[in-house]
Amino acid sequence: MDIIFLLIPIAIILVSFAIWAFFYSVNSGQFEDLESPAHSILFEDDDHLIPDDLKDKAKDKNSDEHKPE
Amino acid sequence: MNSSLAPSQATTEGCFHCGQDIPAGSSFVTVIDEKPRSMCCPGCQAVAQTIVESGLDNFYKHRETASYTPDLSLKSVSDAQLSELALYDQESVQRDFVVTKEDGIKEATLVIEGITCAACIWLLEHHLKKQSGVEKVSVNLTNHRARISWDSKSQVLSLLLAEIYRIGYQAHPYHPDKEEQLLEQERKRATRRLGVAGIGMMQVMMIAVALYGGAIQGIEGKHVTFMRWASMVIATPVILYAARPFFVAALRDLRTRHLSMDVPVSIAIGGAYLASIWATVTDSGEVYFDSVTMFTFFLLIGRYLEMQARHRTGRAGNAMLNLLPASAIKIVDGEETMVPAKELSIGDQVLIKPGHTVPADGKIVAGSSSIDESALTGEYLPIRKELGENVIGGTINVENPITLEVTQVGAETQLSSIVRLLERAQEDKPKVAQLADRFASYFVSAVLLTAATVGFSWWLISPEDAFWITLSVLVVTCPCALSLATPTALTAATGTLRQNGILITRGHVLESLARATHIVFDKTGTLTEGNLTLQETRSLAEHKTDEHLQIAAALEKHSEHPIAQAFHTVVSDYKVENLQATLGQGLEGLIDGIKYRIGKPEYSHGVCDNGSFLPELPAQSGQWLLLCSEAGPQAWFRLNDQIRPEAADTIKHLQSLGIRCEMLTGDSSSAVGEVAAILNIDHVVSGVSPEQKLAHIQQLQQNGAQVIMVGDGINDIPVLAGAQTSIAMGSATDLAKTNADGVLISADLLRLVDAIKLSRKTRSVIRQNLGWAAGYNFLALPLAALGFVAPYMAALGMSLSSLVVVGNALRLSKLSKTNRVK
Repeated sequence: MDIIFLLIPIAIILVSFAIWAFFYSVNSGQFEDLESPAHSILFEDDDHLIPDDLKDKAKDKNSDEHKPE
Repeated sequence: MNSSLAPSQATTEGCFHCGQDIPAGSSFVTVIDEKPRSMCCPGCQAVAQTIVESGLDNFYKHRETASYTPDLSLKSVSDAQLSELALYDQESVQRDFVVTKEDGIKEATLVIEGITCAACIWLLEHHLKKQSGVEKVSVNLTNHRARISWDSKSQVLSLLLAEIYRIGYQAHPYHPDKEEQLLEQERKRATRRLGVAGIGMMQVMMIAVALYGGAIQGIEGKHVTFMRWASMVIATPVILYAARPFFVAALRDLRTRHLSMDVPVSIAIGGAYLASIWATVTDSGEVYFDSVTMFTFFLLIGRYLEMQARHRTGRAGNAMLNLLPASAIKIVDGEETMVPAKELSIGDQVLIKPGHTVPADGKIVAGSSSIDESALTGEYLPIRKELGENVIGGTINVENPITLEVTQVGAETQLSSIVRLLERAQEDKPKVAQLADRFASYFVSAVLLTAATVGFSWWLISPEDAFWITLSVLVVTCPCALSLATPTALTAATGTLRQNGILITRGHVLESLARATHIVFDKTGTLTEGNLTLQETRSLAEHKTDEHLQIAAALEKHSEHPIAQAFHTVVSDYKVENLQATLGQGLEGLIDGIKYRIGKPEYSHGVCDNGSFLPELPAQSGQWLLLCSEAGPQAWFRLNDQIRPEAADTIKHLQSLGIRCEMLTGDSSSAVGEVAAILNIDHVVSGVSPEQKLAHIQQLQQNGAQVIMVGDGINDIPVLAGAQTSIAMGSATDLAKTNADGVLISADLLRLVDAIKLSRKTRSVIRQNLGWAAGYNFLALPLAALGFVAPYMAALGMSLSSLVVVGNALRLSKLSKTNRVK
């Protein structure tokens, strides 16, 4: 079990990196709006990325999805 | 947010854009997603057209609900508005909210009105990004703030603002005051502390599992020592950084000779941490790094939630600046120039057009008009102002253009003096002593005394055991359960109330609600709806009620006067020509060649040319309007400020809870007595000024009453601040909401009854929790003092008693709403 003498210090270094990253994100305001990112991931504005031959199918699916709600 | 509403429902019912009813016979259509969609007005059509033309029609797919109501009057940008917006291009105006970066890139912070859901954010960001010269846009859904970076060489701010108007929103510059900047710093610091405590807790816990496993299975001594050192390294920033607020508060309390809950918390955290360090360094005893970090993390979560609730309403911190307009039309030598409102000085002549906000206090030097003072007084009817009369800054000009000579600016204005009254009232506010803190001071002294006695006795009996026994006494009596008793109950109850439409913003509210003996309501906008509605149409000719109503609606259609707005719900096919308004009297117009007048009876009757008698005013109270044609009087319309439908039930429930209901109002008309009689209110004070309202509340409080004040207008703010507990209506002015202890978001008065019931239940849960925690401590203390409790048993008992407390508090997350209106 002597491997812990190496692994635990590595874990501590990783933790300090995580805390640094957390501080950076708080200071740059990433925690100020916790609502809109959760929604924006669902916004489908990638129509131009869908190949043309699949587009019709995708559209049908879209309109189906919207009706039953 | 109500996400259960189905999207795109508006296709069949109402305007596709805003969801409002489509007036019969109108045909405003925009093609969206290859289908024609009907719109309610040219405003919505223009906005929808803009959205589709910029290729952003996905907005209609993304949004959750169509019930989104931007200010209709601002959808098309007129030249006048553009010239007003152009003010924001001036260097002196931009100083407050624009930062200039390298290469002429500027960054502005704006507050955007009209945002209702995440799709609005999407629309704003995408639309603005398409404008030339825009570098970066981010809009915050939580606080409705937008940050825009643009190249000042190729783009001007006013055009960007105009683009925001064009898609149906309003943008204002955001200039945070000192206090708001401090709040932001506090928020960031608290988030960082919470993060450090959380990450640290997880790591220490991981090592602790290995240590506990080792204790059962057997483990080599060098591994134990190493893992103890590792957890000490991780726990140290948690204690020194994350737990700092507890130590600071405890020191402050000790200096003021007042024992609060922070003192035992600090002793527990600090004591266990120091003891663990001692154990690690000397390689003896037990370590408690896991308990310490967990305890810190849980307590920080409670503090964090409390802080968030406190900040939520602080959003409108500079509401006063929002109330005063950003620009004014100054008249210099007969020339009109647009200037920033804050550059006005005493003696300046200012032109105020109808619909504009008065920029400063002043005296009318030309013209006369009616002024809407509702933001200040809560009264919904505009007040007539003649030549030479004084007008207050922040109020709105309703009818005619007037010229004003400025008499007061900035801090001297009446609006600012109300804010000063508010500050004074807050200082005088009676303090509500918190149950837990009172309890804590006895408890802490008892624990410290016992620990000292035990330590001293064991030192005499057997010095080598003294330290560890004293420590397990401190751990056993660790006020975890005790210090979680109140916050968990308050957090659970606050969350429940928020789901039911009451936002609590100060910690003491639940406790003072439970002890309330009096509840004082404002009348207009609180017990009543706060706007005029059409109650009754009484035709003087047979079978013509509908026709008369439609004629009246046609006449009132284009007026924004509150009386006219009562008719705006009626759809009318009549076309009016030669429409004329007479200030404070009524309207005149030609329909199918016949001249009609609607308004005050005497004015209206003046149109009749056949010498018919003025009909007698109906006896029922309310505001009566008369419709007359050249042929004679036609119909009476009764308008009234409607009492909220649930008001009577609310008063009855409150009285059955043993609370005395009072009404305080600035209104002195006969309507006051009528409302009081219908609602069966115990005591009424009418015709009082804000100062007198405050004096009345203070009088009650001096006689030992615990008062809840419910109000909405700016004139209610001082009295809201002076009462032990203040609740603002959801429709109240921002300033009132910021300064209230709670906000009734749902505008349903019955929720007040729920809040009081839940607060009483909360009080009993807190007492049970404190009782349990104290009982457990008193039982375990003698055992620990006699040396029967091993430190690991003490830690186990501590966790169990905390769990019981948390479980009991969770009972508060259910609210039985038995008192709904049938």
